[in-house]
Amino acid sequence: MTIHFAIIFPLLMAALIPFIYKAFTKVKIGWFVLLAPVTVFILLARLIPLISSGETQTHTYEWIPSLGINFTTYLDGLSMIFGLLISGVGALVVLYSIFYLSTKEALHNFYCYLLLFMGAMLGVVFSDNLMVLYAFWELTSVSSFLLIAFWHHRRASKAGARKSMLITVTGGIAMLAGFIMLHAMTDTFSIRAMIAQAPSLVEHTLFIPAMICVLLGAFTKSAQFPFHIWLPDAMEAPTPVSAYLHSATMVKAGIYVVARLTPLFAYDLTWFWTVMIVGLITLFWGSFNAVKQTDLKALLAFSTVSQLGLIMSLLGIGSLAFHVDIDATAIIYTQAAFAALFHLINHSTFKGALFMMVGIIDHEAGTRDIRRLGGLMTIMPATFTIAVIGSMSMAGLPPFNGFLSKEMFFTSALHIAEADVLSRASATALVPVIAWIASVFTFIYCMIIVVKTFFGTTEKLPQDRKIHEAPLGMLISPFVLVFFVIAIFFFPNVLATYILAPAMVSIYPGLASMQEMTPHVYAWHGFNTELIMTLGVVLLGFVLYRTLAVWRRIYNTLPAQFTLNHVFNRVLSEGENVSSFVTKLYMTSSLRHYSLYIYVFLIVIIGGYFIVNDAFRFSMANNAEIHVYEVLLVFMMAVAAVAMLFVQSRVTATVLNGVIGFGISIFFVIFRAPDLALTQLIVESVTTVLFLLCFTYLPAWKPEKSSRREKTTNAFIALFVGALVVLVSLSVLHFNEFKTISSFFENAYELAGGKNIVNTILGDFRAFDTMLEVVVLCIAGIGVYTMIKFRMRKGDDRHEN
Amino acid sequence: MRINDVILRTVVRFVVFIILTLAIYLFFAGHYSPGGGFIGGLVIASAFVLLYLTFDIEKVQQGIPVDFKKVAALGVFLAVGTGFGSVLFGADFLTQTAQKFHIPLLGDKELGTVMIFELGVALTVVGVVMTIIVSIAEGDGD
Repeated sequence: MTIHFAIIFPLLMAALIPFIYKAFTKVKIGWFVLLAPVTVFILLARLIPLISSGETQTHTYEWIPSLGINFTTYLDGLSMIFGLLISGVGALVVLYSIFYLSTKEALHNFYCYLLLFMGAMLGVVFSDNLMVLYAFWELTSVSSFLLIAFWHHRRASKAGARKSMLITVTGGIAMLAGFIMLHAMTDTFSIRAMIAQAPSLVEHTLFIPAMICVLLGAFTKSAQFPFHIWLPDAMEAPTPVSAYLHSATMVKAGIYVVARLTPLFAYDLTWFWTVMIVGLITLFWGSFNAVKQTDLKALLAFSTVSQLGLIMSLLGIGSLAFHVDIDATAIIYTQAAFAALFHLINHSTFKGALFMMVGIIDHEAGTRDIRRLGGLMTIMPATFTIAVIGSMSMAGLPPFNGFLSKEMFFTSALHIAEADVLSRASATALVPVIAWIASVFTFIYCMIIVVKTFFGTTEKLPQDRKIHEAPLGMLISPFVLVFFVIAIFFFPNVLATYILAPAMVSIYPGLASMQEMTPHVYAWHGFNTELIMTLGVVLLGFVLYRTLAVWRRIYNTLPAQFTLNHVFNRVLSEGENVSSFVTKLYMTSSLRHYSLYIYVFLIVIIGGYFIVNDAFRFSMANNAEIHVYEVLLVFMMAVAAVAMLFVQSRVTATVLNGVIGFGISIFFVIFRAPDLALTQLIVESVTTVLFLLCFTYLPAWKPEKSSRREKTTNAFIALFVGALVVLVSLSVLHFNEFKTISSFFENAYELAGGKNIVNTILGDFRAFDTMLEVVVLCIAGIGVYTMIKFRMRKGDDRHEN
Repeated sequence: MRINDVILRTVVRFVVFIILTLAIYLFFAGHYSPGGGFIGGLVIASAFVLLYLTFDIEKVQQGIPVDFKKVAALGVFLAVGTGFGSVLFGADFLTQTAQKFHIPLLGDKELGTVMIFELGVALTVVGVVMTIIVSIAEGDGD
């Protein structure tokens, strides 16, 4: 129940924010918002002892049991890590945002979206049911979209929001397809139930397609190459959002899904290769591109991409444990997954602090372009401290937590290079090389962050304002994070025992005991290859940083039309062109064409059905006698219908149309359907008034100028429709493909308590139809109203497309 | 040009009440004999249309100060609401029920939730028809 509450509470708060905002105008609503993450964090923290002892908590709330979709929460080690990150970093970010955002901003919108995200993200990590997980997953995309576009008057914000939405939602839909395939294979939506059947699924034909679809979702969300392009553009969001969604939590949702589904998919080596290779490419490409950025936030965005790639590749290496015997060799690979989770936490601490640092600089100096920054060390000493600690941790230097996880990453990379369980061992020899090169670039951009911002002269700084240290409120959150950066370095095994160890069991259920899979983390592990690699990174990184001006031009070698952003834009604009071309083919704004489509479909589908089923069968034998007045009435209606084609004015045409309508109502009277007759009469009167009213809007009646061929086609279609309707009405009497429904009407009084069967159909048997018709009618009314009231005047150019 | 419509104006004053009475009869009769929410709503709407045809828009709106858009919305709310109402009592969506009551002067009558549903239908029909006609009539037609 606690976990359900943890998910619902932020969502409830989000709904309440507008009211709180109105009620308390004097107080910053951020303080109220802070309540949500703090409560959730305390709730979860109280459960840490339970989880670290190896227990799990699960609770089911039935939602759609008939489809196997239940709101089941599952708290284990893995979801605990994410839950603590979401609520912990969330609390710090909210605290920071209270001082970062001025009260002039639309704060109620901001916090509403932020809480929406928080609830959705908690939902993702605590849901055991894949469908519920998917719903929350898309909700995080939506809230991210809203937050990126928070400053929606900026063009770049809107573009960035659209890009992130398109890419993550496309991936999300692929993932939904993957989940449905998994359901088809396992007949359940519960992740735990699926994992229980995992070994038997590998042979299934849908196994690989499902894996690829799920990975697409995870890769787009976690900004893996080549889908990473949305993340740098998402930096248009306010900095607290970048720190929260786009570095600490949302982008790690993909990692969560990969970690969570490892015991399901790892039985096939495709999983290992895909996850590891994509992760490595992302790791390299992100760090390589970060170096060329001049905007501090863009630099951090690429650095996030790179670090996410690192975690992803570690999870890939870790999945190899499913392919070896459970002994000492398996532990080598489980250590990679351990390093992944360890680095995940470390990354959230130092990257969150760095983002907040950049936010402070942006806030105080008015720019975050490194070409205009410099010499801030003496002006902002506290911010400088945050930057140095954060950057050095990111670069993997002691005594900060990044050093520990980076060393473990090197260890895993070296192990995979020597792995003999693989047939293609030579390919994996490249892994430590790529890891090392990427680390060199990581070191370079960390240097750039610190040196370009804080050293040098203050000349280039914007001169229009007095720059000073940030207010205390903005410094608290980054200092808390920086405290963890150092604390985790000195006491890594506390974290390992209480937080990481239970998560290992989630990734490797039943593989080995919790203690076996949890290595003891040492800060000093002897003078080994890993340490030499780190020393090499520092040396080469330093040299390359000093010679940056010389080799910088390699970034210009890739022509603009081959960049991923260009490809994305091209696909988007081509897609728009094609769809607008296709749409214009049939949307001709001619009502006559539209009715033509309807009639042609009617002929093809209804006529086709009757012909295929050979249902055009009728006999006149049982028909009632035809009276003279009936013939006369039909004749009158036919004359009116034909005459309508030749009249010269709209009013005459309307009157003739009325003749047909009243003729029909007389038929209803003759055939003893009084309520139909009554309805027909009134409808006829009201529509006549409507017609006459509408005439004021229509241009003068002109003889139509369509070609003879067009007219002939139309005539044929009209004849076909007429003939079809006559034939169908004659045939239905002898049609016995379906069960008859007359028993309902004969027993209407017992079944629905009414003697008027027309109304028992409308109000009871088919009440759902009636209800929807009422809704549709209302929508049509609103449509007419808005079209008349807000229509475009002549000369207006405010059209939407 | 001023149309001499004294007869129309005089007759409409009385006829509208007859039509509205008929509409109310039709609405209540619907369960056992011809009538019902839809037709009742249409008849009410046609009475209003007649008023609008005879008198000018401002005058009618003074007499019936109703926002027909809200009437339509209320109707949809009632129709959909009865559906959800049955869910609250643990029955399936849109389950209708009825109960016999003794009402003074009228005697034993059956009251059903279907009545609320039909009222929703009637209000939607009145609201939508009037919204469409009034907004088209008010537009200046340029």
